[in-house]
Amino acid sequence: MSLTPQDITRIANLARLELDAPHAERMLQQLNGFFDIVEQMNAVDTTGVEPLAHPTAVMERVALRLRDDVASEPNQREANQQSAPAVERGLFLVPKVIE
Amino acid sequence: MSHPSLHQLGVAELAAKLAAREISSTDITRHLLARAQAHEDLGAYLALNEEAALAQAQAADARLAAGERSPLLGVPLAHKDIFVTRDLPTTAGSRMLEGYRSPFDATVVAKLAQAGMVNLGKLNCDEFAMGSGNDNSAYAPAHNPWDRSRIPGGSSGGSAAAVAARLVPAATGTDTGGSIRQPASLTGITGIKPTYGRCSRYGMVAFASSLDQAGPMARSALDCALLLSAMAGPDLDRDSTSLDHPAEDYASELIAETSRKSSADGQESLKNLRIGLPKEFFGDGCAPGVQAAVRAALAEFEKLGATLVDISLPRTELSIPVYYIIAPAEASSNLSRFDGVKFGHRAAQYTDLADMYKKSRAEGFGPEVQKRIMIGTYVLSHGYYDAYYLKAQQIRRLIAQDFQQAFTQCDVIAGPVSPTVAWKIGEKSDDPVANYLADIYTLSTSLAGLPGMSIPAGFGEHGMPVGLQLIGNYFKEAQLLGVAHQFQLATDWHTRAPQEFSA
Repeated sequence: MSLTPQDITRIANLARLELDAPHAERMLQQLNGFFDIVEQMNAVDTTGVEPLAHPTAVMERVALRLRDDVASEPNQREANQQSAPAVERGLFLVPKVIE
Repeated sequence: MSHPSLHQLGVAELAAKLAAREISSTDITRHLLARAQAHEDLGAYLALNEEAALAQAQAADARLAAGERSPLLGVPLAHKDIFVTRDLPTTAGSRMLEGYRSPFDATVVAKLAQAGMVNLGKLNCDEFAMGSGNDNSAYAPAHNPWDRSRIPGGSSGGSAAAVAARLVPAATGTDTGGSIRQPASLTGITGIKPTYGRCSRYGMVAFASSLDQAGPMARSALDCALLLSAMAGPDLDRDSTSLDHPAEDYASELIAETSRKSSADGQESLKNLRIGLPKEFFGDGCAPGVQAAVRAALAEFEKLGATLVDISLPRTELSIPVYYIIAPAEASSNLSRFDGVKFGHRAAQYTDLADMYKKSRAEGFGPEVQKRIMIGTYVLSHGYYDAYYLKAQQIRRLIAQDFQQAFTQCDVIAGPVSPTVAWKIGEKSDDPVANYLADIYTLSTSLAGLPGMSIPAGFGEHGMPVGLQLIGNYFKEAQLLGVAHQFQLATDWHTRAPQEFSA
């Protein structure tokens, strides 16, 4: 399997990354180099094997916890916005989305 | 005030002097801050906060003066710049987070502060912890104190360089695929990655959430045990994958062992220990100098009474593609939060919202991070998910089961950490796949979520340090630290300092 330049354009769009032509070309080579070593996975028979998402689930039951749906954090609007690129009157500024 | 040898003292030694009131936390903090500045060219630190550090040191001195005693009170450390901190900027080694200030402290940072440790600053690392040489840091490479032309390993390279160069007695690191063990190995220090979920991930800038795990890096197993006792434990309200097991005291038993050892020298202290040697870790791919050092360390373990057992971890080679599918998949999802809106870099010029996202991310992320985002996005995209991501997770279970099979034959597993000693800065950057292959001995432990550590085992090619990897079963951190401690009672590799930093 080999990725094409069109694949790179499609993936970069999904990933929201701007890639100019030289970067896209380099990315294509690197990804194809990488997927060469991925091929060996195909030789493994994984029929009936349950995917492992939480590693210690091999040893003990891992339950996803839920906490009560109550506001437990103090209001930290200013601290939370201090590193934002553009803020006005406590709101995050973004380019116009709807005309 | 000048104390020429204070920086040579480890955590336990400093704590003893602080408790005896022979030195003050303020003295040692000042001394280490000055030393950090004097060795700025090592690239270990990304930020220092003298004022905040001295305030913490004075607070520790006041507690000590009032008669309070606890094992870490007043001892300085520094944090990998992947842990968010209120007092210092957090960059994760990326331009994306240049100038970022967290509104809160990571749980690990808060817990060590509560234990009375003084935070000197933030340590260099590969961008978003992606890399094996610290040469993916957007700011500056960190240098190996044993040979400045070589990498200190990564991604916790600044942590390793700082501890090895005696800039700080201990540091935090994070390990996703080997990022504590490999730099510890390449700089001749001791580091442990505990069982996945043992230390809270709250406030650790996320790379791969099912793999990321924090751990201490220091100059001995005892010092690591002291830190880990304060770092580990449940954080159930803030980290959904934090394990619900109470914190442990890893250090007391080691301290007891030290006094037992001095009263009964020459005893076979590891008599009932079976050490498994995976044949896949001792093949042609490992440099002769590394193999020789590891074999010599294993012979030392035999002298201590341990039995060596041949085992097999048959899917070791598969851990490379499996890891490099799962980790980028999770990374592409985690890093989607960097959109130039709530925090992080925003491009100066753009046409619309989508263009702002794309330009901000292209400018903010370095090449390795972009590559992993691309890999992750691809393997999670429609039509490819089953073939790559799901398949990798299935093989991940087989890899974890292989370890459980191996642990029926042995108590701990040992082998090299890295197939080579530290390489020259820039030597591998053109061959990304070669970088991935060099992670072969550490990835499977991470995929299985097992605890693993690196302890200094001697020197290999070019006189560079070699680490021995010890892997334990789930929650066997105490056993691993105990085994490492016995080795360090019998050998002095962990006390060796690079020439330039030995005075």
